[in-house]
Amino acid sequence: MLRISSGRGPRPMSGGFETFSWYYFRISGAALVFLVIAHLIIMHVSNDVSCTTYAFVASRYSNIFWRVFDWLLLTLALTHGMNGLRITIDDYVRSASARMWLMSISALLLVIFFMLGTLTLVTFQPVVSAIGPQCLPK
Amino acid sequence: MPEHQSHSYCLKAPPPASRIEEEMYKGQSGMWSWLFHRISGLGILLFLFIHIVDVSMLSFGPGVYNQSVVLFDYVVVRLLSLALVIAVLYHTFNGIRIMAIDFWRKGSRYQRAMFGIVLAATIIVFIPMAYYIMGPAFQWLTQAPHAATTGH
Ligand code: HEM
Repeated sequence: MLRISSGRGPRPMSGGFETFSWYYFRISGAALVFLVIAHLIIMHVSNDVSCTTYAFVASRYSNIFWRVFDWLLLTLALTHGMNGLRITIDDYVRSASARMWLMSISALLLVIFFMLGTLTLVTFQPVVSAIGPQCLPK
Repeated sequence: MPEHQSHSYCLKAPPPASRIEEEMYKGQSGMWSWLFHRISGLGILLFLFIHIVDVSMLSFGPGVYNQSVVLFDYVVVRLLSLALVIAVLYHTFNGIRIMAIDFWRKGSRYQRAMFGIVLAATIIVFIPMAYYIMGPAFQWLTQAPHAATTGH
């Protein structure tokens, strides 16, 4: 038997990690609406992918605003998405040892990809002498 | 528990019975909205992993990085990115619907209508974006021959 609510949606009020997770999906989701839509429009509508070259990134990242923007997008999307993966594993994997393994691998992936993304963003210093073309040659 | 897309917290803190209507699982719009939300979310996450790796090529300089941009210029990869765009649009609009169900007093009453709006918005926004993404791949079709040869 499954339920649908007739009033406001039932919220988790027990405290603890699942309550945090529930709110985190919604708060990060609300922020991601703006970040993701803006990112898609910049990269696929106002520019074409063939012009998102090294030179393009260099000019964008000369402004700290875009590094902060991209870091927020990275952090929120990765934690939101990995939390979703955690819940999916929770839903389908029954064996305790398999759950342990999958959860540990997920946690490791989260850390590795968060560090790789952050490192790329923070350490980017354009090679000014050889910045390459603004768009790919056709 | 498709209608409000909830997790184990339901077991911990059931809301007062007066606010709940029990309903059998019949595979209605709630099931599809939930299933699409999960698949689109996991699909976007898979892309995010790939994307973090391709962006990390920046650390190896313009030669290496632009090589990965060449990859995204292929027609096949452009078609794949259409799948990403439709997943992102659906997940975003349905995410807003979930938040409306949870936080807006009348949210759950209109959940079904909102699912229709989610699907319509996904398709309506997708069409112009698909045009922008695929357009450059078909320049040889839409451009006059002389423009193609004298261009960059
Ligand atoms: C663009 C704005 C976004 C919004 C508004 C949004 C909204 C939401 C919400 C409200 C949930 C919770 C559903 C629930 O409690 O059952 C959710 C789940 C999820 N989201 Fe997002 N999200 C967004 C972006 C993303 C991105 C970028 C990713 C991937 C990197 C992602 C991956 C997921 C996954 C995997 C789940 C779990 C699905 C499940 O439990 O079945 N989302 N999203």
